[in-house]
Amino acid sequence: MSTRGFHRRRATADHGRLPPGQYLEGGFPVLSAGPTPRTPLSEWTFSITGEVDGERSWTWEEFQALPRETPTVDIHCVTSWSKFDTTWEGVSVDTLLEDVEPLGGYVTAFCDGGYTTNLPVEDVTGGKAWVVFGYDGEPLEPEHGGPARLLVPHLYFWKSAKWVRGLRFMEYDEPGFWETLGYHDRGDPWLEQRYQGD
Amino acid sequence: MSSATRATDWRFATVAAIAPETPRAATLTLDVPGWRGHRAGQHLDVRLTADDGYRAQRSYSIASAPEDEKPQITVQELEDGEVSPWFVQVAREGDRFEVRGPFGGWFVWDAAQTEPLFLVAGGSGIVPLMSMLRHRRNQGSAVPVRLLLSVREPDDVFYARELETIGAEVVITYTRRPPAGWDGYARRVDRDMLQEVALLGGRAYVCGPTTFVESVADLLIELGQAPADIRTERFGGG
Amino acid sequence: MDHLDGNAAAGELSEVFTREATAARATCAGCGTSGPVAEAMVYEAGMGTVLRCPACEAVLLRLAHLGDEVVMEMRGVRVIRWRSGPG
Repeated sequence: MSTRGFHRRRATADHGRLPPGQYLEGGFPVLSAGPTPRTPLSEWTFSITGEVDGERSWTWEEFQALPRETPTVDIHCVTSWSKFDTTWEGVSVDTLLEDVEPLGGYVTAFCDGGYTTNLPVEDVTGGKAWVVFGYDGEPLEPEHGGPARLLVPHLYFWKSAKWVRGLRFMEYDEPGFWETLGYHDRGDPWLEQRYQGD
Repeated sequence: MSSATRATDWRFATVAAIAPETPRAATLTLDVPGWRGHRAGQHLDVRLTADDGYRAQRSYSIASAPEDEKPQITVQELEDGEVSPWFVQVAREGDRFEVRGPFGGWFVWDAAQTEPLFLVAGGSGIVPLMSMLRHRRNQGSAVPVRLLLSVREPDDVFYARELETIGAEVVITYTRRPPAGWDGYARRVDRDMLQEVALLGGRAYVCGPTTFVESVADLLIELGQAPADIRTERFGGG
Repeated sequence: MDHLDGNAAAGELSEVFTREATAARATCAGCGTSGPVAEAMVYEAGMGTVLRCPACEAVLLRLAHLGDEVVMEMRGVRVIRWRSGPG
């Protein structure tokens, strides 16, 4: 039974762009599973490790020197909010894998603070994923994942791991922080893959 | 509704009365079927459901004393809030929403406790402490008690009139706009202020926004209060 | 995003524990520190509730509502203890 006069903060928009069960959010909710890490840029590195033919690592300066892109994408959180046309700046994962051959079919993104999330390799390649350090024309704020986060907009936003420090390639799929609790290993919002077994 | 309803079960509460507390806060008195009372310091969970099935859930401390027949909550309207504006601007007598509780076994005070009491509130953090003060008054407890309340400006003081006669020493500090002619504290709580005001050695309860609570708790420890004698409750937004 | 404390998780914890959980004392499996659950750091992440040890920030417990299930994981708690008597 509904509460008289209560409605959600933003009205639901009936766009063809909204995956099932989502609504359009005006703000940008800050939701975290732990304290905001504060890694100094002088200590920050990004690594490609694990089942690859050659591990790679970049310092912040080296990372900033890589070719960058400015994707504009819709994002979808499993808690049902979506945002359209978010603008980011960063390096395509394809660029990071240019001289690297993945030998495993899965990847785990690992982050400052211990967060991890798992993805199939094909979901981070072919122009589908970036490591971003800018949002909306500004440096990415710590509460939103800065200095850098993963961006995989075609999957639920928990796969876009905040404070990312690298990608570890694996032969097997290793469920990450939310996946071990029961969230989906892949997380396609168009198929409503919210929980294991969906 | 079964009288054996557990605290953990959601049930419908009806607004029995609603009154403004300050320009931006309201106190609601609730009819909760099967209500079996609460301990001073406990809180309720509330749940509102929109027509499209969207649900929002929050926790609110119980302001009323355990001796009162019906529980009361005081809700501060938060800028950009989703739930608090409903309570403060929309809710009226007869409205129904879901509640569960009361909850809380740590941040509670009973009049059987005999140690001196030092209460520190940041803004709306005064709500659970007011339940404690009302309980102490109702029980005729003579336990020494002092309340330090930090608010931005006079309009942010809940229960202003009642605090004058609640039987506690009340010290207020205004962090943004003190009243005209004010000669009391007019800054954020700091070590010097606590050194002058704190009632140490008994039990301290600190409630308010997270950074406020942690800053005050750290300072009390610096001043010699045993960490085990400090109870804290952190409030968030929403 | 500022964290809350264990008091904020009291309602959710009451869905899985029959005894009032915030007054229970939990021992962190990471650093061995013990303390009342009320003093744990609580992160309401939207996807679930995460309780962390206030001493070392390790995850103590996670709780989520997934569809029609409630799921809890508490590897991060070595021991949790309650006073005997009425729950």
